[in-house]
Amino acid sequence: MTNEILNFTFDGSPYIGRPGDTLASALLRSNVVHFTDSSYKERPRGIFGLWVEEPNALVTVETGAGETMVPATTIELVDGLVARSLQGVGDLPDTRDNARYDKTNRHVDVLVVGAGLSGLMAAAEHARAGRSVIIVDDKPEVGGHLADLQREVPADLLDVLALPNVTHLQRTTVIGLYDQGYAVAVERRTDHVSTEVRSDMSRMRTWHIRADHTVLATGALQRPLVFANNDRPGVMLSHAAATYVDKFGVEAFKTAVVVTVDNQGYRDAVRLAHNGVQVIAVVDIRSKPSGRAVEAVKELKIPIFTNKTAVDTGAIAGGRVANVTIASAEGNNPEIINTDLVAMSGGWTPTVHLATYIGIKPTWDRACAAFVVRHKTALHSTTGMLSGDFAEDDEPMVFFGPILDQQQAEVAFVDHQRDATARDLRRAINAGMRSIEHVKRYTAIGTAHDQGKTSGTITMGLIGQALGLAPDEIGSLTFRPPYIQVPFAALAGRDRGLLSDPVRTTPIHSWHVNAGAPMEDVGQWKRPWYFPQAGEDMHAAVLRECAAARNDVAVMDASTLGKIDIQGPDAGIFLDRIYTNMFSTLKVGMSRYGLMCGVDGMVFDDGVTTRVGENHFIMTTTTGGAAKVLDWLEEWLQTEWPDLKVYCTSVTEQISTVAIIGPKSRELMGRLSPGLDVSNEAFAFMENKHAEVSGVAARIARISFSGELAYEINVPAWYGLHIWESVMREGADLNITPYGTESMHVLRAEKGFVIVGQETDGTQTPDDLGMDWIVSKKKDFVGKRSFSRADTSRAGRHQLVGILPDQGDYVVPEGAYIANASDANVAMPIKHIGYITSSYPSAELGRSFALALVANGRERIGERIAIPMADRVVTGVITDSVFIDKENSRRDG
Amino acid sequence: MLHIPCPYCGPRDETEFHYGAEAHVAYPEPNEVSDADWAKYIFIRSNPKGWLAERWVHSAGCRRWFNVWRNTVTHEFGPSYKPFTAQPEKPTS
Repeated sequence: MTNEILNFTFDGSPYIGRPGDTLASALLRSNVVHFTDSSYKERPRGIFGLWVEEPNALVTVETGAGETMVPATTIELVDGLVARSLQGVGDLPDTRDNARYDKTNRHVDVLVVGAGLSGLMAAAEHARAGRSVIIVDDKPEVGGHLADLQREVPADLLDVLALPNVTHLQRTTVIGLYDQGYAVAVERRTDHVSTEVRSDMSRMRTWHIRADHTVLATGALQRPLVFANNDRPGVMLSHAAATYVDKFGVEAFKTAVVVTVDNQGYRDAVRLAHNGVQVIAVVDIRSKPSGRAVEAVKELKIPIFTNKTAVDTGAIAGGRVANVTIASAEGNNPEIINTDLVAMSGGWTPTVHLATYIGIKPTWDRACAAFVVRHKTALHSTTGMLSGDFAEDDEPMVFFGPILDQQQAEVAFVDHQRDATARDLRRAINAGMRSIEHVKRYTAIGTAHDQGKTSGTITMGLIGQALGLAPDEIGSLTFRPPYIQVPFAALAGRDRGLLSDPVRTTPIHSWHVNAGAPMEDVGQWKRPWYFPQAGEDMHAAVLRECAAARNDVAVMDASTLGKIDIQGPDAGIFLDRIYTNMFSTLKVGMSRYGLMCGVDGMVFDDGVTTRVGENHFIMTTTTGGAAKVLDWLEEWLQTEWPDLKVYCTSVTEQISTVAIIGPKSRELMGRLSPGLDVSNEAFAFMENKHAEVSGVAARIARISFSGELAYEINVPAWYGLHIWESVMREGADLNITPYGTESMHVLRAEKGFVIVGQETDGTQTPDDLGMDWIVSKKKDFVGKRSFSRADTSRAGRHQLVGILPDQGDYVVPEGAYIANASDANVAMPIKHIGYITSSYPSAELGRSFALALVANGRERIGERIAIPMADRVVTGVITDSVFIDKENSRRDG
Repeated sequence: MLHIPCPYCGPRDETEFHYGAEAHVAYPEPNEVSDADWAKYIFIRSNPKGWLAERWVHSAGCRRWFNVWRNTVTHEFGPSYKPFTAQPEKPTS
């Protein structure tokens, strides 16, 4: 022990502690026995346990990176620490956590969880056999219970930790164990050193460990007993009490009564007595206790009351325990003993959490009075107290508490943090709950921060007692990761903020940003949404952009469209099988719109594919569908048609696409590429030309997603910005207008073009979308067989139509349900016949319009409909889905 | 997280893969199959308790499809194998 003094602040008052303290031990040494009040019943509560099992003493740490809600028993004291007690509920800070967090991956032969004696022995065995070993322990010191007892760890075991094939992680908690030897552990690196938030070192490091074999040596936590007023400050677990007194020099307790079901209580009584606590009695429910620990208590002349247990406690003003009532298990012959510490030893509860995470069911061992895990496979094994390897003379009795009347049960606490009592358990049983999982949900037992570390087994024991069943007949304990509370920041590591998810931008992105365009997230892409001019909102900007596209010329960055390069002698045949229409007949230099379906016949993606060479196609996909489509192509090529010589590569990032659209786009295209004959005769719709554009070799395609005359200029990605700037410069006097995704959506909707994912949700056939014209009758393709299935060919399917609301300045919300007009005034719920998929105001139409999917829609064109909204019913009429230029006169300019 | 044995790359973390459901579900000849059998092909998979031969694709690795035995109860993996190669025996343990 050094004489160094650590100053800290708790609930606004200054305290001192010393190195090696936890916040809990330092506070107890300062006689802070009444720690806080409970969350629901506001009962006084004190420190109850020694480590992660603590249900009462929660704090918020305000220094360093801070912690919202952690047990004071797990905080290593450092100078300057500021903490505040909590009444069960912490407030998330609204400030950013500025500490650094990190993660690392490790593959090892053996992972040992727990560096108590049995964990160390397992690590030694594997390490000496030459295997790579990681041994992880959550406490500040190696040794498990040995450290609590201040006993030396055998030197040969400590030597093992220094072997080159051994990685020893102390202050590290395995929070989760998963399939195939995968474990996640969180290492605490700085909080035990100082309150400083360090910039040169991560505060916590998450270890992702994959081990060929995992040894669980997770030890055990002590159980409390359930009796009336067992929650008063000064009622503690006996191992915790003895360790605070013995190891940490706590002098808060002058007298003690130990209430026990096993010999651990005797060992703790001896430790208390050796450190100046007057142990008034050991109260043992067993009739004939024996063993070394019992003899040791007798030698100290400590009275032993057998066949007795605690049934109630009394308190002094303020709530601290002042006496304990002992009686038989049935409550007979009660007797009051004054004491300021009631130390409980209700038996051990092996820490089975990690084992249950991977589906291992603990078994009830009557001799151990505990759920234990004895497991040995190639992947996992268990050892130590987890396997029931308790001290040889523990001899616990299966006992959870005395018989209590209703009033006693009302204040006999099972889960302190949830303020759940034996009475609550009875209510659950009387309500018909039997399974531990039902009781847990009914009573909230085991659902607090400690996840039932002290309450789990006694809950099962008490249900069993009430029903005359053994604890394992109630069900098995199941826990879920994480084992302790972990900051989200620790799990995220460096993947925060900008690094939390990749952001994809086009080569023209900087221009959009400089132009002040708000961005829309499309998958991971950032796409300009609209380009507002001074004083414009989105509505005004979109009307202006659309008008420019219909009357002059407008430009869009289409670089995000998915692009897949498809090559090989069988590429044409392959596309015939994938698309609903023919591609093998497509001439080189021509583009064709294609639709693809799943095997169920439902539209899956669409896009324009261009034949750039005899054996070479470039497919475009929806922006969000690119990866999915490439996977789809590969799946068919690899698993069904390996005979086809076809190779697919994503070229989305390699090609920049600038689309210029509108009646003046031909004029602009001619200026950009003076050598190119842009006349309709020389450069027809769906044709591709290779030409120089502003000095760059480009492929120009006459493709239109708006119905207007349009050109898509494709160049290697690094020329994208150059082309865009050329377009803006050359088109200045033509009212060249950049437009974003919103105008693109409006323009295509006016023309009745669908967007896969907006007009579709995976339940639309091409025919539902009115696209039967694109479905080949001559050839087979993926999904075709499904078109003749009863459900896909039935009458009454939802079909794509247009909707014109009567009120032309009202934009119906997308997703709104559509009802028959005759149902407009009936009470809710109204039978719906379809729903709105796209809805916009239109500059061209001078009014609002919508696309919708309506049952039998195409036959109902002209019918009146009603759209029930929360505050009114909107009326309108079903129309064709094409609102402008039905005869396609605009596309050729 | 599963540890999946890609027959091309070796064992890798599950996050690198996409699942492709039951393996060896033959693509029926569309013009010869009944509606009922076609529906079975689209919607019905065997979903046994125990060993199942599955398809996976190593999408964040070699991008190749393969088959592998997996125990749906223990999540244990048996041998993996390339498409159109002989299927290894169903694991016994």
